[in-house]
Amino acid sequence: MQIYLPIAEVSVNAFLLLGLGGMVGILSGMFGVGGGFLMTPLLFFIGIPPAVAVATEANQIVASSFSGVLAHFRRKTVDLKMGTVLLLGGLTGAAVGVVIFNYLKSLGQVDLLVTLCYVVFLGVVGGLMFIESLNALRKSKKGVSAPPKRRQRGWVHAMPFKMRFRTSGLYISVIPPALVGLFVGVLSAIMGVGGGFIMVPAMIYLLGMPTKVVVGTSLFQIIFVTAFTTMLHATTNYTVDVVLAVLLLVGGVIGAQIGTVIGARMPAEQLRVLLAALVLAVCGKLALDLLLEPSELFSLGAGGGH
Amino acid sequence: MLKRLLITLALCASPALAVDEEVVLGLSQDRVAITANFDGSEILVFGAVKREAPIPPGPPLEVIVAVSGPSGPVTVRRKERKLGIWVNTDSVLVDRAPSFYAVATSAPLNEILSDTEDLRYSVSIARAIRSVGAAMNIRGAQEFADAVVRIRENEGLYSIREDTVAVDEQTLFRTSIEMPADLTEGDYVARIFLTRGGSVVSQFETTIDVRKVGLERFLFNMSRQQPVWYGLMSLVIAIAAGWGASTAFRLLRE
Repeated sequence: MQIYLPIAEVSVNAFLLLGLGGMVGILSGMFGVGGGFLMTPLLFFIGIPPAVAVATEANQIVASSFSGVLAHFRRKTVDLKMGTVLLLGGLTGAAVGVVIFNYLKSLGQVDLLVTLCYVVFLGVVGGLMFIESLNALRKSKKGVSAPPKRRQRGWVHAMPFKMRFRTSGLYISVIPPALVGLFVGVLSAIMGVGGGFIMVPAMIYLLGMPTKVVVGTSLFQIIFVTAFTTMLHATTNYTVDVVLAVLLLVGGVIGAQIGTVIGARMPAEQLRVLLAALVLAVCGKLALDLLLEPSELFSLGAGGGH
Repeated sequence: MLKRLLITLALCASPALAVDEEVVLGLSQDRVAITANFDGSEILVFGAVKREAPIPPGPPLEVIVAVSGPSGPVTVRRKERKLGIWVNTDSVLVDRAPSFYAVATSAPLNEILSDTEDLRYSVSIARAIRSVGAAMNIRGAQEFADAVVRIRENEGLYSIREDTVAVDEQTLFRTSIEMPADLTEGDYVARIFLTRGGSVVSQFETTIDVRKVGLERFLFNMSRQQPVWYGLMSLVIAIAAGWGASTAFRLLRE
């Protein structure tokens, strides 16, 4: 069944969208990630204009994170104070990101920017995750469990404006979390991702937050930042396609539930290796598009403006 | 300059359009509604030639049907390898290119329409795109105009279908124009040309109204006219859909 998307102005198969949503949903349920970093490139591949894909994906992430954060609120695993600091940084970052996005769009370089961001971040995160999980896999086979390393307490603790975060049990400066939030906000606006894949490691390793509050707190921040991003794209670029968002979402939510069940039955180390391989595969595909000579050297964009 | 001269020449050279053959046209539909499940459309174009005198001797009557979508400027960008990766570098603004252009003819176009007449009426795809002015000063600008045609042909937006107009007894003609699913809305112009021996003897023009309707219309208008409310509505709808779907699924499993 073909469906005409009113904002993207393309006609696509509704079941393809539901299927894509479902597939990414299964993966996100299995691995506990948002899936935005997979969905946005997939939308490029099926011919959705990049500007629409990024803006719509932000809208979808708000909704798919919503039910997640409710569950975390019930379990009291959201550090609201930390979340608010991250959020303030995130909102600033998102505004900066949209300005950069619109500027490069006027130069015709937005596709390049988005693709480069994806290649760099997916490459780094995927590579680190792959090495780390391979090591973990090797250790677990040998049966030697390495003692958990004591957290580094260096420059993060030497900064001013310290604040007490009770839920996380931390007493640290507000500057590092605000910077983390800012950085993720910029990425969210440019890449159409929630940024959990950057924020979660940063919260654990950089800020030293306890693992149990990390996911809930990052979801809390993601909801507001992506909602803000959606609004910015909707009001400056008119590129949020609500029909596309709802279709992806319905598939995604159902997929996520199935994914959670599958994920619970698979060993964690192997799951991480799989996720890392997947991230690297998407990264590789995007990198090839940049490196290989494209079959069509020309591209069309809306004219006028200047 | 050269073009203007050619047009003037063509005007002088061609015999004054003695309108003794006129088009009487019918369309299967003069409006196309883009609905949520819009999957392209096929418009039947049919008509007859009205004439007071008997069929003139000489080359037979040929028919050309050209349908064009709303025109607008298009920025064409070319990729070049920079630092090992392919990036957009040069860009050319093509002044006017239709978003959709389909030509159906009763015989190969170059046999039934002379170059001067093509120039005058802008019938062939290459002529329908206008990239005059500053754009042509850049070297290789023609490549950019060609790229517009090539890309849109590949997307099915531009097409030339020769020998697809059936003409009976030099009087009745019919053809169908297929319109793809990815249409831009606006006024589409259908032009019908009757030619004899390469020159146009009669011309007829009508518009086909292509519009988004219903939900599509509503969402599109709202996103442009009340972007803030549209954004908020998108968020609320998406959250409701997501929360609803997950709750429904949880209830289903329990």
